[in-house]
Amino acid sequence: MQILEVNDIRKKFDNTEILKGISFNLDEGQTLSIIGSSGSGKTTLLRCLNFLETPDAGTISVRGNMLFDAAIPVTDPEELRKKRLHFGLVFQQFNLFPQYTALENVTLAPLLSFDGRSKDEIIANAKEILDNMGLSNRMDNYPHQLSGGQQQRVAIARALALKPDILCFDEPTSALDPELTGEVLRVIKELANLHTTMIIVTHEMAFARDVADTAIFMDNGIILEQGPAKELIDNPREERTKQFLSRLSQN
Amino acid sequence: MFLTVTLSLLEGFLGTIKLFVLTLLFSLPLGLIISFGSMSKIKLIKCPIRFIIWIVRGTPLMLQLLIIYYGPGIFLHMNIWGTDNTGRFIAALVAFVFNYACYFSEIYRGGIQSIPVGQYEAGQVLGLSRSQIFFKIILLQVIKRIVPPISNEVITLVKDTSLARVIAVYEIIWNGQSFIKSSGIIWPLFYTGAFYLIFSGLLTLLFGYIEKKLSYFR
Repeated sequence: MQILEVNDIRKKFDNTEILKGISFNLDEGQTLSIIGSSGSGKTTLLRCLNFLETPDAGTISVRGNMLFDAAIPVTDPEELRKKRLHFGLVFQQFNLFPQYTALENVTLAPLLSFDGRSKDEIIANAKEILDNMGLSNRMDNYPHQLSGGQQQRVAIARALALKPDILCFDEPTSALDPELTGEVLRVIKELANLHTTMIIVTHEMAFARDVADTAIFMDNGIILEQGPAKELIDNPREERTKQFLSRLSQN
Repeated sequence: MFLTVTLSLLEGFLGTIKLFVLTLLFSLPLGLIISFGSMSKIKLIKCPIRFIIWIVRGTPLMLQLLIIYYGPGIFLHMNIWGTDNTGRFIAALVAFVFNYACYFSEIYRGGIQSIPVGQYEAGQVLGLSRSQIFFKIILLQVIKRIVPPISNEVITLVKDTSLARVIAVYEIIWNGQSFIKSSGIIWPLFYTGAFYLIFSGLLTLLFGYIEKKLSYFR
């Protein structure tokens, strides 16, 4: 069943067109990976989905509900807040709140959102998520007491606690030491096995091929190629995709 | 004699502390409002506020005291402060609050602007409102960063209160100096230094305690 429909998203910064008409669909429970070189617009696309940037044109709908339509701008902050909760975002730099413990980072937003759940329920749910992330003995630690991999797992738990329809990852392992990427990728793989709907911007090609159902190759603000992840990464059709993948495997 | 001097100086020091406490009470929040103004995206708000900050930080506090106290009478022919002690004290308080609020506003601005944009964005994608982001995420991080520069200003303020005597506001130096005329002795004036030292020592301890309290996160 289709959960996300993105139609002709365009975004300009100071007359430089970063996104030149992006359209794609995503089915519920599927994982989509977005690959492409730096500056191709991958991160901007993710930021548009999470309402951190406002596209100049295009529409975004989730489960058939129009969330964003460039023709009808949303000005009410309360409405915007509700709409962005359809998406979760895990940042490259984690962006945990330093003054809160791992557990408090996860419970902060649900406790402030008054979504009808009791405090005990929210805390129990947060503990369960952290437990699943392998962080049961780290809940009372502050971010600076955690390794990068642990911090990123807390950040994933924090995003999951709000039960988003679609969880987005912006290069989730790029800021990590190579030996710490494994633990984060394992957690994401676990989520894929549980059929969490995800969009992952990544440079980890082996991971994208194994975990994602579909993949998109972005180049210079457009989607150059899309299809099943294994097929796209193992046998790219476009010359530009081949070039990108071979340069990446050389490094 | 020592007891008489000590009691007189203590009385003067009460005036010092009154000016000190009231200045902080008003200038700390006023500084936050000014800092929001100086960071405003609206030029009509930002530019005049930056101009005022420039004037206040660019001229001596002593001059500001004189202008605020004598200015209304000279330029507007209205003596709004009256002629009694209370009027002079209020005029001094206004000058101090305004001056320190401008300095504090710049410290706040530096603190607020040093918070990484990722903290705001993380709050946004979690569906928090602007005020929730400020009060639940940003504020404590800002406080942690500004405690050292604020403590600097506060300790400077302890000593700056002595400037109030240019408009004849009674404080400890005033009382210490009066012994030169009345009894021909100068040591009470030097003795005032001990009061300043002890008070700023206590403040140093207090700020050290606050810094330590906030050291649980980075």
